[in-house]
Amino acid sequence: MPTPRIKLPDSAKAGDIIDIKSVVTHPMETGNRKDPDGRPIPRNIINSFTASFAGVPVFRAELGSGISANPYISFSMRVTVPGDFLFTWTDDAGAVITQSATLKVVG
Amino acid sequence: MAPAKYLRLKDADRGPHERAGVTRRALLGAALFGAGSLLPAAAAEPASPAPEYTPQFLAAYAKFGDAAIPDGPVKLEVPDLAENGNMVPFTVSAESPMTADAYVESLTILSTGNPQPVIATFYLTPASGRALVSGRLRLARTQTLIAVAKLNTGALIKGSAKVEVNIGGCGAG
Repeated sequence: MPTPRIKLPDSAKAGDIIDIKSVVTHPMETGNRKDPDGRPIPRNIINSFTASFAGVPVFRAELGSGISANPYISFSMRVTVPGDFLFTWTDDAGAVITQSATLKVVG
Repeated sequence: MAPAKYLRLKDADRGPHERAGVTRRALLGAALFGAGSLLPAAAAEPASPAPEYTPQFLAAYAKFGDAAIPDGPVKLEVPDLAENGNMVPFTVSAESPMTADAYVESLTILSTGNPQPVIATFYLTPASGRALVSGRLRLARTQTLIAVAKLNTGALIKGSAKVEVNIGGCGAG
């Protein structure tokens, strides 16, 4: 079962640009490999990653098989108000993994 | 890996005209990137092998349109030398004020030597604050990576980086 993890700063000030670090366990099978019997192993990668904040999309990634296993992606956002992030990963097999995280804003 | 073995494998992969010197792909690539960007570099370093661009890369690059994409303030930070092609850290960034009037809409990383040329496209908004994304990618062999930034005006700019790969990512995409 894929396990997502998100790292946000403990707290941020309005106007700060913060880094949002995301990782999910996934083999990112490229489709170029063969099993020990010589049969091709079908491609199954996380092909899409999205992030929304307070219901508004803030970041999206279309991933290819050139992204490493257990895809790690770090992106940034300018802080305005406190709120909740929702992260979604989708793989070729149609599995959808979601994770939420709360951003605390001080000052 | 023994260098001699590597060279033998490479030669076996090439056609006779390629072994003779400049590859057709290199010529195509030079045409794509403009004679100004590649040929002088090749001339300055006669000892290094001609740059190679996979047909898949050329097809993916052509999708950006017919006009040549100028070099611009797009930076692709990768190690010069990757011990393991399966996990190569990268940071792609572009200089931009990231305001509603002027921002980077997307950053695409293209591989010139992997079986699948488009490594990833990242879509940003003015709320991103800066145009900078990090991650980890796979490289099948030593190659050049191209980063293309699309601005909100529709303009395209590019940057590139070369990575030497010791052990190619097994079945790298």
